[in-house]
Amino acid sequence: MSVSNLLENWSKFRHTHPVDDKGYPDWEAYPSDIKWAMAIDLDACTGCNACSVACYAENNLPVVGKEKYSHGQAMHWMRIERYWDESAGVGEFGADKGARFLPMMCQQCEAAPCETVCPVGATNHTEDGLNSQIYNRCIGSRYCSANCPYKVRYFNWYNYPEQEKVWPEPLNQQLNPDLTVRTKGVMEKCTFCKQRTYTARNNAKTEGRQVQDSDVQTACQEACPVGAITFGNLHNPESQVAKQWQSQQVDLTKEVQEKDEKEGNRLRGYRILEELRPYPSVMYLERVRESAV
Amino acid sequence: MGKDIREDIAWAQINKDVLKSLESPRKLYWVILLVAIAMVGVAVGCEIYQYNVGLGVGNFDNPNVWGLYIATFIFWIGMSHSGTLLSAILHLMHADWRKPIYRFAEAMTTFSLMTAGLFVMVHLGRLWQVYYALPYPSERWVWPNFQSPLLWDAMAIFTYLSSSVLFLYIGSIPDLAICRDNIHQGWRKKLYTLLALGWEGTDRQWRNFRVTYLTIACFLIPLAVSVHSIVASDFAMSQQPGWHITSFPPYFVAGALYSGCAAIITLFIILRYVFRFEEYMTLPILKKTVRLTFAIAMVWTYLNCVEFAATWYSHDVAAKAVLIEKATGRFAPFFWGMIFCGSVLPFVMMVKKWQTNIPVMFAVSLLLNLGMWLERWMIVAPTFSHGYYPWTWDEHMWPSMVQWGIVFGSFGWFTLLFMVFCKIVPSVSMYEVKEMVYHRSLALKKEEQAVKEELAVKGAN
Repeated sequence: MSVSNLLENWSKFRHTHPVDDKGYPDWEAYPSDIKWAMAIDLDACTGCNACSVACYAENNLPVVGKEKYSHGQAMHWMRIERYWDESAGVGEFGADKGARFLPMMCQQCEAAPCETVCPVGATNHTEDGLNSQIYNRCIGSRYCSANCPYKVRYFNWYNYPEQEKVWPEPLNQQLNPDLTVRTKGVMEKCTFCKQRTYTARNNAKTEGRQVQDSDVQTACQEACPVGAITFGNLHNPESQVAKQWQSQQVDLTKEVQEKDEKEGNRLRGYRILEELRPYPSVMYLERVRESAV
Repeated sequence: MGKDIREDIAWAQINKDVLKSLESPRKLYWVILLVAIAMVGVAVGCEIYQYNVGLGVGNFDNPNVWGLYIATFIFWIGMSHSGTLLSAILHLMHADWRKPIYRFAEAMTTFSLMTAGLFVMVHLGRLWQVYYALPYPSERWVWPNFQSPLLWDAMAIFTYLSSSVLFLYIGSIPDLAICRDNIHQGWRKKLYTLLALGWEGTDRQWRNFRVTYLTIACFLIPLAVSVHSIVASDFAMSQQPGWHITSFPPYFVAGALYSGCAAIITLFIILRYVFRFEEYMTLPILKKTVRLTFAIAMVWTYLNCVEFAATWYSHDVAAKAVLIEKATGRFAPFFWGMIFCGSVLPFVMMVKKWQTNIPVMFAVSLLLNLGMWLERWMIVAPTFSHGYYPWTWDEHMWPSMVQWGIVFGSFGWFTLLFMVFCKIVPSVSMYEVKEMVYHRSLALKKEEQAVKEELAVKGAN
């Protein structure tokens, strides 16, 4: 195996990465039909956790139990973060009332901090704009999680399926057959329900058409009772998510959006920690404060 | 001119003294060895438990994915640096005083690298997975990711380990030949015969030996700088608050030399006492090592200040928060402990009287290394518990006894390797000490000659 051969193959494997040359996603250099993206309306979110539960069921996530959960070892790919307004007073802090919710999952960054640091290339960029995780290749260095600003990567600290018996008979019968069950020592995270998106893509391809919104829903989106989550192909201008990004003037390749750039607009769209320039694929719609109404 | 190594040690005496350290050990040696084995036992027990149940028993959680293992890994990598400094750099600078102590410093380099390597495996949990991070051409077409600093790490450390083993081995060939000639039976005779590679001490052999040794010394110096710079890249190349700091590579190198020098002082004192090397490991040598350590301590302190200042004035909210958290949060005792041990305590080494005071220097050197271990921990841990935004703040996770046990045992493992090494390979370089004695006696003769001539001239007048 010659060195040139080695480097050539390596550069091929890295070249599906649209952020390579210019420092921001460059779709002309790396054309792709699909770019999966999401929009989450924080004003609609009630913090009911249905998305999280749906994710557990869809993606074979182990329920770790009370003790491990309190140790911070929960495996929720989709989590609801709760925040309280400090100005409401310390007494209110941590109360049942007045929490603001932030559904948080892997943001599928275009320039993902996790991808570059993995020593074995177990996490890569796919051509449909996702941040993939190859369980079989993961050696468990956890560098990806260390470098993730959102901390949305979950490590299998235990052997949940076999040793911890999180799915005792007959619960194992309800595991989703479309994806694997992970063992200990492996990193995992939200995939935007890739088992569903790939099926949708394949079906569309067979029928010779573009993927439409009606083809695929993520588990969290499907479960959300208030429709706070929108998911779809950002490259399809007809998709709902593209329209939402458009209406909020959120640009995937920018690090500050219109909402924050100009005063006095009524825009709500932003992405979390975008000043770090990971170019995340999830747009959040800011909650409309009571004072602003 | 003060007497450094005594000029009157006969050459045969040097052989006798050093070879005695390979003979039946003193009681103290057994005590140290048994303690070391017991410590390794603790670590092995913890690792078996952790391996069987899962890394979770070490008390890792979502933000705190790296713990003491990585901190201790950096500590051991750092420890390995002074072997090279003492042997290679001082060799090129013709610093005579390094000669009686460089062998064990090199051994220290090799063994601390070996200890560090173990932590990579322990950290991964599934030990064998380390194989996939190694850079090698593979028929399976599974490429390591050349963008990852962790991969650079693997490359740098393996290069460093193999070259320092080579350096240690080549440097001890003439001594192994002496061992071969002085031991007449048993497996050791066979071992030394094999290792000495047919060394006869001919003129040609010496010349080749010198060139080879010098070449590897020159090769090792840039490596020593690069290895810890690359370990620093693991942090500096990341995007995390408290890690993303430009001054990290020189800071890490300084810290590495610092902890290594402190360890040399510790081992110097132990070896001197255990093997009765008082005539070789003299107090003036200790004094020079202590001064070197003090100088490095000041460099380290300066770079520490650079780091704090850079963070403070950068107006990077998250990085600043981590710094404040380090200094005032639950890590505060350890953070200030690090500052005390690393920056305040070294001033003890400024006092001339204490520079050669064995008990004081022993205590100080141990505390310096404690400080350096704390430094590594303070680099790794606070960033995890105080990330970019509130959900990632985890102030409750504390390393469990499993992690502490493995860290504790690693010191035993290092001591074990080192003690066994001292019984197999002469820990003082016999041929270099002879050279030194020869140079000294030449200088002395010259001096005497000059005095005589002066007197003769005076007499003539």
